Amino acid sequence: MEDQPFIRWSWVLDNLDDIWQRTVEHLTLTVIAVAVGFVMAVGLSLIARRYRRTYGPITWTAGVIYTIPSLALFAFLVPITGLTTLTAEIGLVGYTLLILIRNIVAGLDGVSPTVKEAAAGMGYTGRRMFLEVEVPLALPVIIAGVRIATVTTIGLVTVTALIGQGGYGKFILSGLNRFFTTEIVVGAVLSVILAVVADLALVGLERLLTPWSRRKAPA
Amino acid sequence: MVAAEGAGMIDFLGDVLAFMTDNLWGTTGIANRLWEHIQLSAFATAVASALAIPAGLTLGHLRRGGVIAVSAVNIGRAIPSFAIVALALPISIRLGLGLGFWPTFLALVALALPPMFTNTYTGVSEVDPAIVEAGRGMGLSGRRLLGAVEFPMASPVILAGVRISTVQVVATATLGALVGWGGLGRFIIDGFAQQDNVEVFVGGLLVALLAIAVEIVFEGLERWVIPAGLRRPTSPEESLVAVGA
Repeated sequence: MEDQPFIRWSWVLDNLDDIWQRTVEHLTLTVIAVAVGFVMAVGLSLIARRYRRTYGPITWTAGVIYTIPSLALFAFLVPITGLTTLTAEIGLVGYTLLILIRNIVAGLDGVSPTVKEAAAGMGYTGRRMFLEVEVPLALPVIIAGVRIATVTTIGLVTVTALIGQGGYGKFILSGLNRFFTTEIVVGAVLSVILAVVADLALVGLERLLTPWSRRKAPA
Repeated sequence: MVAAEGAGMIDFLGDVLAFMTDNLWGTTGIANRLWEHIQLSAFATAVASALAIPAGLTLGHLRRGGVIAVSAVNIGRAIPSFAIVALALPISIRLGLGLGFWPTFLALVALALPPMFTNTYTGVSEVDPAIVEAGRGMGLSGRRLLGAVEFPMASPVILAGVRISTVQVVATATLGALVGWGGLGRFIIDGFAQQDNVEVFVGGLLVALLAIAVEIVFEGLERWVIPAGLRRPTSPEESLVAVGA
């Protein structure tokens, strides 16, 4: 390992097919985890907002899951669900919950009462008030949560290589086992690139969904 | 069927208990692995805080380097901790430090730096300017202003940073087993290799309990260290969300 270059480009060129396949795998694991996590977090946030007393217990439970190190969580699940994609997804979804619930609740709570009053005066009630006034105004904070959850998940996916999944994590693990630096570097760099690209994509999505916030920016 | 599964569960927990009592002592026993895990985590966190906190205090006091503070945490979040541990191996070998302890140590220090630096910087630079002005008006020099006003005011946020880093270090030390180090991760990694679910489960249980114990210790520490007038219900995740948002 001493005399190896940090990256051997010929290996990269020889393994482009593999790299593409792992990219798809990494992205699929991430998208499923964030999507399922988001749906669950929306449900739990709505419960927490309707019945305020449940907010403490819900975030406490999500917090305990968040505290358990990923490898330990997978270690609990493997005896039950085996070395499967399901094991990986249960763990990955678990880690998104705390971040998403906190931001969804904070976003919705942050909508100014004055705005809601004005909307009520204009005849908005119930479901329309929620979907057309509260949700759009809460979007920046909610999307900030989705961004953190996505970037965190992309990192955690690499760990799932240890339970036979892993996307780019498979490169890192195989590089470690074979003492081959190039594979470790490729896995790490691609994972960071994927995180940055996903983050930028979500920033773009936010701009698309909140056209009014652009007008505030000085020309 | 359900009864059979229930019986299987009880058998499994019995095996877990037997494994724990059989493997408590000795160099590869639970007690020693736990001690290794705590020792390295404490050492890495201490070294990282000796680097990150003075840097954060200085830059925060001068109100310079905000861009570094924000990007440190974002970059830290984007680089998977697994990748940091893996990358530390070739670096450690190149430096002639070999396998085991050193690559794990280097990775853990690198991982612990950003949250402590960013929280220290943010805590100090966001002290109410009116209070800083008042301190100056009372004739405090820059150094005394930092020591007597800014540092105590920022202490809750700094401690939250130390907490985030420590929890991450304890969690990631588990991966040290992949680069030839000991610690509690050994049980999980060896268990995976031997397809021994009991050993894997024991490792997971111990790591999870240690992580939760660390959180509880910090919960107490926050009550103990932070001046009464500054206590507020923040938790590390909240400050993370705030930085991201």
